[in-house]
This record gives sequence, structure tokens and C-alpha cells, in this order.
Amino acid sequence: MDLRFTPEEEAFRAEVRQFLKEKLPSRISGKVRTGKRLTKQDAEEWHAILHERGWLATHWPKEYGGTGWSVAQAHIFDVETALAHAPRLVPFGLSMLGPVLIKYGSEAQKRHYLPRILDGTDWWCQGYSEPGAGSDLASLKTSAVRGTDADGDHYIVNGQKTWTTLGQYADMIFCLVRTSTEGKKQEGISFLLIDMKTPGVEVRPIILLDGEHEVNEVFFTDVRVPAENLVGEENKGWTYAKYLLTYERTNIAGVGASMAAFAHLKQIAQSQRKNGRPLAEDPLFAARLARVEIDLENMKTTNLRVLASAGEGMAAMELTAMLKIRGTEIRQEITSLARRALGPYAQPFVSEALDEGFNGEPIGPEYAAPASAHYFNNRKLSIYGGSNEVQREIITKALLEL
Amino acid sequence: MDFSYSEDRRMLADTLGRYLQQRYPIETRHRISGSEAGWSPEQWAALAELGVVGALFAEDAGGFGGDGFDIAALFEQLGKALVVEPFLGALMAGRALASAGGQEELIGEIISGSTILAFAHEEPQSHYDLTEVATRAERSGDGWTLTGAKSVVPQAEAADQILVSARIGGASGEQGIGLFLVDAKSSGLSIRGYPLIDGGRGGEVTLRDAPATLVAEDGFALIEDAVAAGIVALCWEAVGIMDALKRDTLDYLRTRKQFGVPIGKFQALQHRMATVALEIEQARSAAINAADALGGDRKRRERAVSAAKYTIGRAGTIVAEEAIQMHGGIGMTWELPLSHHAKRLTMIGHQLGDEDHHLARFTALGLAA
Repeated sequence: MDLRFTPEEEAFRAEVRQFLKEKLPSRISGKVRTGKRLTKQDAEEWHAILHERGWLATHWPKEYGGTGWSVAQAHIFDVETALAHAPRLVPFGLSMLGPVLIKYGSEAQKRHYLPRILDGTDWWCQGYSEPGAGSDLASLKTSAVRGTDADGDHYIVNGQKTWTTLGQYADMIFCLVRTSTEGKKQEGISFLLIDMKTPGVEVRPIILLDGEHEVNEVFFTDVRVPAENLVGEENKGWTYAKYLLTYERTNIAGVGASMAAFAHLKQIAQSQRKNGRPLAEDPLFAARLARVEIDLENMKTTNLRVLASAGEGMAAMELTAMLKIRGTEIRQEITSLARRALGPYAQPFVSEALDEGFNGEPIGPEYAAPASAHYFNNRKLSIYGGSNEVQREIITKALLEL
Repeated sequence: MDFSYSEDRRMLADTLGRYLQQRYPIETRHRISGSEAGWSPEQWAALAELGVVGALFAEDAGGFGGDGFDIAALFEQLGKALVVEPFLGALMAGRALASAGGQEELIGEIISGSTILAFAHEEPQSHYDLTEVATRAERSGDGWTLTGAKSVVPQAEAADQILVSARIGGASGEQGIGLFLVDAKSSGLSIRGYPLIDGGRGGEVTLRDAPATLVAEDGFALIEDAVAAGIVALCWEAVGIMDALKRDTLDYLRTRKQFGVPIGKFQALQHRMATVALEIEQARSAAINAADALGGDRKRRERAVSAAKYTIGRAGTIVAEEAIQMHGGIGMTWELPLSHHAKRLTMIGHQLGDEDHHLARFTALGLAA
């Protein structure tokens, strides 16, 4: 047993820190640190900086422009960027579609799409969930019917996707569509790449409980998609979708994000006063802080254990599911404590205060402005990516082998 | 990063595991646990012969281990088999003696299995507070005598020698706590032994002008280190028990049928089982962190040890209660090993500090930064 990183890995950590010090714009990290709203341009600027350094696709092999890093390196990078308040990269192209194309895509698809993910030409979004297919994703109904016309082979897509994160910015969407209604519901699903500018694609915003436009509904009405946009084989999409869901292990626990959020929470608890003393010294609040801190310390090691086992190629569905459940619980608890720490000042909410360049007088302490909105927004963590209840079933079914 | 045991450690743990499977099955364990002595000199001799005691001591103390992960690998096996033999006393008292120095002969006897040690620190009023020592030490000619009471000392009656803490000076705090060896047969020492609910025996140790040999005049650092090692041991004993409970409960969910299907098909039980599995993995991580920190500097060691004992206390209760619940009525019976694992796991929470104690201590250590 040795919990330490190797000297080479520590040297890599130092290199990442130096890079962040030099290249991460303080304008952007300042927004992340203070919980301000990030724009599409902020995301694209950081994306371009990482692309220039070749540090964008941490999970891709080198031959496709990835970093070729070990899992330990990818983990170090995740943690250090989070601690430096770098924006979270939009995962749909880099972490989700990229690995699927690398494993199942045609040569033409790889040559066309992978460079465009890296250089930011295509902003991807994900077309999985439907109004009638949430946790039961395989019951999806959006249909794709194959046909031929003067312009060649194609699919005509009809249906509706929902919860499409940042779809309002997207150039492309990867979709699970139904190409067959025969046999098991998982067997008639295909994986299709669709240009958002195609006639018949319509994006409508869904405003979430914090007032933000983060997700969308996407409607497809007789949308013509060239047949070459099919990934892999027809009716094999479920296999690719599952691969995508289990691919990204290193960051599913969000350890880096939790470490940064906890450090921020501790500062708030030191600044807030109760009974003439820092709130951090109030016995009940201190106990809440200690519980989540210990849970996070344990999670760091659990996460590293899973990474180490993944390095040996061990498939560990139940461990990945555990990271998702407890990782999201920890992140939610931290935002919950940040809200509690503010006392009555958790209530005021001036949405404009989250915009860059807001010059208004803060209401209460400055750090209060985004706290409750973040708390409410983070309720999504235990719902998306397979709800935590679905993850619990995955764990037990894997352990029971029933 | 490397999360596997070293070759030597794994071999000794495997040897111990095999021995316990063959020679310490649950029936044997119950017989030993319920016997008048509450432990087995024959088993102890055989286990010492295997090297299990020696692996708890560092090389410069005459052993061939003593690292946090040596303790981990062995106590994990002891936990699985619900061993009631006096290992915790050997570890804690032996470690303090080794750190104090000048005890080579005695440590040699401990490692060979010929001398049994107990560690008597906690008192009826102390409620896990390590500085709460009211037992007094008085000079008497060339030596010392001790007067006071020590509570719930594991396998106190088995011991040949008892390492006892007592105040030389001061009324409270870390200063002025000495460590002394007291011969179990000496006049002035009496033990009221009793069975424990989770097996084996404990005892109330009463000292009335009991003659004692000074081991360390300023003993608090040694006590804290011994307790840290004891906590690492208990955490890994708990991990071993939790794995056994998980294995048995999964078996039961697979085989027990109600309403025509294995009860593992029911979502309510699937969710409970998932929580149990998740808590066990977090507990194992906490135990790894503590074992890793045992040889480190004091602050890091104590924070990691308190974090682990808190986690184990919390997770242990969840795992024990859920294992019984998911087994239903049969989980309530003496006949099933599961119920004994559940009892031991729960009682580990009452040794060397419970979850509340260690949560508060974790916070206090952080604020003192």
C-alpha cells in the first residue's frame, strides 16, 4: 500500500500548476471562484487555451490528439484545475462523443469530427432523455426511418429530446433514436449525429428552478440526416450508449470540484459569526463541516482506489456507481452547508449580481449572492447521469449477479 | 499509488486466514469465547508461532512489521473470524513499551507468546478522553505504587503484565501522566472479570497501593500513539467483519425466496444493500488513510485516525443494523454467525472512542492548526 503519487506524477502536478498560473485568465477564474455566471465565450476561451497546450482531451489516445495521460495524470489534472477555479469543460464532445467515435466510429467520422471537437468548431450536445424516457432510457421513442432519395441514403427523424444541456449553443447533437420496434427495446436503438441547423430541428428553452437557461427541449420534425451520420451499426446504439456512460471514470466523483467547494465553504464558515465567534467553531455547524470533510477525505481514497483498479482494466460498474452516488451527495451537502452558513442572507437573490461587471451594492456578504441558487441548481446532481436510485440498483445487481 | 499489500504482508495474512478457517471456525470461537477464561492459551501459542504477534512489532523492537498496513492486514483477518484472543493488548501495550525503550526482554516474551499483556488506560469517568486519568502514582522507596480504577480492560484476566497509566503530577491535561507495568499477580491489584456482549471477556482493574515499575514518566505521547495503533487495528477488524456481513447478506438476498422470487429482486432491499456496500468502501478508504498515517507526524496521524474511527463507528452501525434487517427474523438468532459479527462490529464503536467523540476531536485538531 502506498497512497503517494510518484515523483514523476508530482512533477506533472507542478507543471499543471505552473500552466494554470500562467495561462488561466484571472477574469475567468475569478468568475468561477465567486460563483458568477459563465458565458459561452468564457467556455470557448478556456477550451482554446487548453487546446493550444494540447491538454484538452485527457481521455483520448495520443494518435487522435489526446493527451495519452495515465489515469493518475488525468486525476491530478482534474483536481488541480478545479482548485485553481478553472471552468468545467463542456463534456459532450470531449468526454462523451469523442471516446465513442474513437472506439466505434468510422475512419471518416473520426477524421472529420475529432479535430473539430478539439479546435472548438463543433459544440456538441447530448440527445438521450425524452419526456417519456428518463431513468428508463431504453424506452425512447424518437424515430429514425431509413430511406433513399436523389441525395442518397438518409434517415428521417421525428420526435423529441429533453434536458439537453447547453443545446442553445450547440452546432451538433448526438442522439439515441429508435430504428426498430422489434425484439427487446434495447435492441432497436441507433446512435445518430445530427446537425442542429438542419431544417426541422427546433430548440426551446427550459428554465430551471434557479431561473437559469441551462437545459432545453429539442424537437425533430421530418429531419433529414445523411446515413453516413450513423455511428457503428444500426440497432447497436445501446451498446455505444452504455460505453459512453461508463467511460468517464476519473471525474465522476467530482473530487476536485468538491475540494474547491469545501475550501470555499470553510472560508464562509470562518467569516460568518455566531454567538460572537466564527460559525466554524459552533459545535453543531462544526460537526456538519467535519462530517462532510471526512466523507470527502474518504472519497478521495475511494476514487484513487477505483482509478488504480481501472488501470488494470477491471470493469467495476458497482464502484463507478458508488463514486457517482457519494460524490454527488458530498457536492450537494457542501452547497447545502454554504446556504445554511449564510443564515437569513441565503434569501436575497439578485440575478444580475451573478453577471460579470455587476456594480451594485452586495446584499449581505459578497459570497452570499450565488449560494442558494447553486444549492438549488445542484439538486440536479443526484438526478442526472442515471439517478442515484438507478445507481443503487446497478450496484446491487452487479454484486448479486441475479 | 499502490493499493495492494506487499508480498510478505499478503503471505502472512493468507497464512493467518487459512489457519483461522481451519482451526478457529465459528463453533470453536464460541467455545473459547464462552469458556471460563474467555480466550485460548493453545490458540495463542499457535498464533504466536505463526508470527502473528511478531508482525505487530517493528524490526528495531525485535519484530518484523509494526507498520500501519501490517496491523491492517492481520486485524482484517482476526475480524473476519471474530477472534477473541488478546491481540489488542499485545499491540497497544507492546507498542508503548517498545517506544519507551529498555524492554527488549519483555517484548521478546510477548512476541514468543509466553507473556500476555493488557493495556489499562481508560477509567470509569473518562468517556474516551485520553487525558482523563485519576489513578495516582506515588513513590515508594525505590519504586512506585498505584491507586485507582481502570475500566473495561479487554482480556484483563488473561494478562501476565498490565501496562497502566497513572498521574505522577498535575490534576488534568496531558502533562504528568506516567506509564507503569504492574504484575497481574501483585498484591494490591484486583480484577473483576466479566463476559462481554460480543464475546471474550473484559475486566475492571482496581489498584490499591499496587507496586509498579515505571516505564515512562511523561507517557502521554506514548499513550496517544498506542491508541492510534489500537484504532487502526479496530478499524481493520471492523473492515474484515463488514466484508463478512456483506458476503453473508448478499448470499441471503440471492437464496432466500419470498413471493416466489429471491428477495434480492426487491428494490427496497436492493437500495439498502447498495448503501451498505457503499458505506463499506468509504470505511475501507478511511481505514487505509489511518493505516497510512500511523507512521506519520502527530497532527496528520491523529486527524486521520479520528476520521477513520468516526467513519467506522458510523458505517459499522449502519452495516450491522442493515445486515440484521435484511436477514429478517433469522438475523436475530444466535445460531447465525451474522448476529455475532453484527454485535462485535457495533461494540467496536465503543472501544477507544465512538463516532461522536472522534468527530469532535477531528474538529478540535483542525481548529488547533
